[in-house]
Amino acid sequence: MAERSVFKRILDYSNRADPYPLYAELRETPVVRDDGRYVVSTYREIVELLHDPRISSIREEDVAGGGSAGEESLPGLPPAFIRRDPPDHDRIRRVAMRHFGPPRSPGRVEGLRGALSEIVVGLIDGFAGRTQVDVVDDFAYPLPVTAICRLLGVPTEDESRFRVWASALVEAIDPRAGAAAERRRVEAGLELRAYLNELAEARLRQPSGDLLSALVTDDGAEGAMSRDELLSTASLLLVAGHETTVNLITNGMLTLLRHPAELDRLRRDPGRVVPLVEELLRYEPPVQMLPQRIALDDIEIAGTTIPKGATITLVLAAADRDPGRFPEPDRFDPDRADKEHLGFGGGIHFCFGAPLARLETQLALSALASRLENPRLVADPPPYRENAALRGPRHLLIEFDGIVPSPGT
Amino acid sequence: MRVVVDLTRCQGYGQCVFAAPGVFAMPGQEALLYDPDPSDEQREHVLRAQAACPVQAIHVDRLAGHVPGPRPYPYPAADAGDGFRRSGRIVIVGASLAGVRAAAVLRRDGFTGSLTLIGDESHEPYDRPPLSKQVLTGRMPLDHTTLPRLRDLDAEWLLGQRATGLDVAGKRVRLADGREVEFDRLLIATGARARPWPDEAEAALDGVCVLRTIEDATRLRRRLETGNGRVLVIGAGFTGSEVASVCRELGRPVTVAERGAAPLAGALGKVIGGIAAEIQREHGVDLRCDTTVMGLDADADGRLRAARLSDGTTLEAETAVVALGAVRNVEWLEDAGLAAGVWGVGCDAGCRVFDINGVVTDDIFAAGDIARFPHPAYEFQFLALEHWGNAVAQAEIAAHNMVSDQTRRWAHLALPVFWSNQFGINIKSVGVPTFADEVVIAQGSVAERRFVAVYGYRGRVTAAVTFDQAMWLEFYQRMIERAAPFPPDFAMVGRPAEMLPVPAEVPPRIGVAQGATVVVTGHDPSERRATLVRRPQ
Repeated sequence: MAERSVFKRILDYSNRADPYPLYAELRETPVVRDDGRYVVSTYREIVELLHDPRISSIREEDVAGGGSAGEESLPGLPPAFIRRDPPDHDRIRRVAMRHFGPPRSPGRVEGLRGALSEIVVGLIDGFAGRTQVDVVDDFAYPLPVTAICRLLGVPTEDESRFRVWASALVEAIDPRAGAAAERRRVEAGLELRAYLNELAEARLRQPSGDLLSALVTDDGAEGAMSRDELLSTASLLLVAGHETTVNLITNGMLTLLRHPAELDRLRRDPGRVVPLVEELLRYEPPVQMLPQRIALDDIEIAGTTIPKGATITLVLAAADRDPGRFPEPDRFDPDRADKEHLGFGGGIHFCFGAPLARLETQLALSALASRLENPRLVADPPPYRENAALRGPRHLLIEFDGIVPSPGT
Repeated sequence: MRVVVDLTRCQGYGQCVFAAPGVFAMPGQEALLYDPDPSDEQREHVLRAQAACPVQAIHVDRLAGHVPGPRPYPYPAADAGDGFRRSGRIVIVGASLAGVRAAAVLRRDGFTGSLTLIGDESHEPYDRPPLSKQVLTGRMPLDHTTLPRLRDLDAEWLLGQRATGLDVAGKRVRLADGREVEFDRLLIATGARARPWPDEAEAALDGVCVLRTIEDATRLRRRLETGNGRVLVIGAGFTGSEVASVCRELGRPVTVAERGAAPLAGALGKVIGGIAAEIQREHGVDLRCDTTVMGLDADADGRLRAARLSDGTTLEAETAVVALGAVRNVEWLEDAGLAAGVWGVGCDAGCRVFDINGVVTDDIFAAGDIARFPHPAYEFQFLALEHWGNAVAQAEIAAHNMVSDQTRRWAHLALPVFWSNQFGINIKSVGVPTFADEVVIAQGSVAERRFVAVYGYRGRVTAAVTFDQAMWLEFYQRMIERAAPFPPDFAMVGRPAEMLPVPAEVPPRIGVAQGATVVVTGHDPSERRATLVRRPQ
């Protein structure tokens, strides 16, 4: 099987736990053709392409089918802005950003800090009396969905329904999930869409200070967003911001347990979580690659011409281990001065929810570090999810001797 | 704590605003404002913002730290072998951005000899860009502009001391008080000052201001705070336009009188200048182009009362802001025998200064607004730049070369990049827009005030200017570096329905008072001749 390309081996599930040696092999050819796809793996080239207007994020099936097949969008809705190009992308993202961050709502995410802290405290309190938990199911999974409910303004009593839809949608992202899961995804998608639409109507009648109220009552000063676009955007926030944050938190705990000295330093100095999360985004990013961008024109890069119409895959996680950019790239070092990682991508599609993901992960990891007594891995490596692009453990079983009370209680 | 954001790198991701909304703000889609001296209770937030910046453009308590990415040449510099790095004497004349940055780089790169900074302003060195923006609006206190961590820098500071002469052979700098300071190597970083209103009596009237120093900003801020009458801005270059923008933000009536056909036309040409004109008028600026201010009139108490304009009208004004560009501080070099003139001090791409005959010197370097250097991307014509980013980059290269032997010297080949915030829009430029015969809107929409303008000269791309589209700038920077064909003809996102290059209408020959911040000063024989340049009388 010597013929199998490096990229195919990266996609192979048996290499999911540690794709990094394969990334090193991939980087030997910065732009490599794999079947019809052009795979880019070096830092400089990826940064160039992230800022290259000749690259489109629109998927062919979106254009052909009218509806979206992308996992970030709900059935029957237009593709979310992550799959659109300027000017539509810019307009929708700008309207959404008006109510999520600067210039108009700079305090929205920071304002969630207290609520998110409480959720984290509650989840860890739930470990009481146990000596083994699954970091994924018992912690990293419930946190982002609760966070997004708080952000959007989903009433607490509906959160459990919301969580069921979210898991059904996320479950189907896994290519091995099969037809039953896909059927559940479509069903959940339609239910979620109807739910969000109803909630939007309610918020239109009586706004309540949350993101959905703000979006639905937007005055259109920065351009209008249709109801379908609004529902697409809301579901994007839910789905795209969900799996990725789960993986970031889980990868973080896994990395800390593999680097006990760092775990110890974090326990003694919670402020370290800030550089630590940035290094984590470089070292074990939840989004390993942007699998599908399209060349709108011939693009010359690193001695290769990517032809018009070709599919381009940007392997962000390989670029972040590029020794041409980061000295000793395979060392996990939160003290690294250079934090210019590509963990959130770059250019106009830079992760919309990055500030929220950072906040959640910072709160999560500092709390886990300070409250778990003598935590250790049950299995290393843990079992991984199928997905090579949104890579992360399916479960992360850990043992500990007990939990210390939250400093706030 | 001290914060400096490298706004030439900033692409408007806004991550700092999320992390520290009390320190950073984005009043528009991209334009970033920040408080460079936040209180200590903001420290945690600022460090979060610094870590989160996707382009690592935020510097906290430092001006020369880690430089991201691998260096093109060996680094740090090797010792020339004569022990200079250990025990040499370096004197830097000019203690503003370029001088201070060079000093910090010298120490970072292991220079342990004696280091002296001479500056004619008596304050601690400060950052100027905020003076025409957040300081003038009152968003930020004046004393917050001090540059970071200078007391830690092991150097002798001669502040409030003006250099008056240079003895190249004797390696001495003369000071106004008669003292002399000896050096082994010298860095000239005396920068520029505001061009005053030409009529001295009128310039002295109460209400006639310029904007360059912290004192200027203090005076103007006080007038904007207390008065309510009309402000007249004379000259619509970047400083004048930013002042007009602040006036409108504060609700003050403002008239802008511009001698040329459009605001910013000296730097960006008449086509993009025309768009800037529309933006000014949309924001309520009384903009008068092709108009010269003939004279300023005072009341009986010596207060500015009115201005007489070339269109025959008389305009009542409470304050006049003279924004006619800068004058380079070269007078102290008049008898030094160096290539110093109205455009600054000529030097090579390695920052070594030319003597009056065009022979390069060994021990005298220049950086910042004062330096004029050949750029290969522009046919080796000499560029004279007045940009924050240029001062920072060139000072680093000058400092490096001052302590490196000839095999390890760096060249200052970075393309010019600058930015301006006005009327809520972030304008960024790469390359030399005045080095152009045509311009085309390549991406975005002029009507929405979000677009990329690409400039070409004889069929190749030479510059790009973005209005609230900074994330695309790097792409065009590479096109300039590769001498890509103009007009760009790609299929790309955000491409307007029609891409029609039009004459750029850049000024054919830039007058020194037109307020351009990038100029190609040419290399025709008349300019290459070594003549002693006297200060224009």
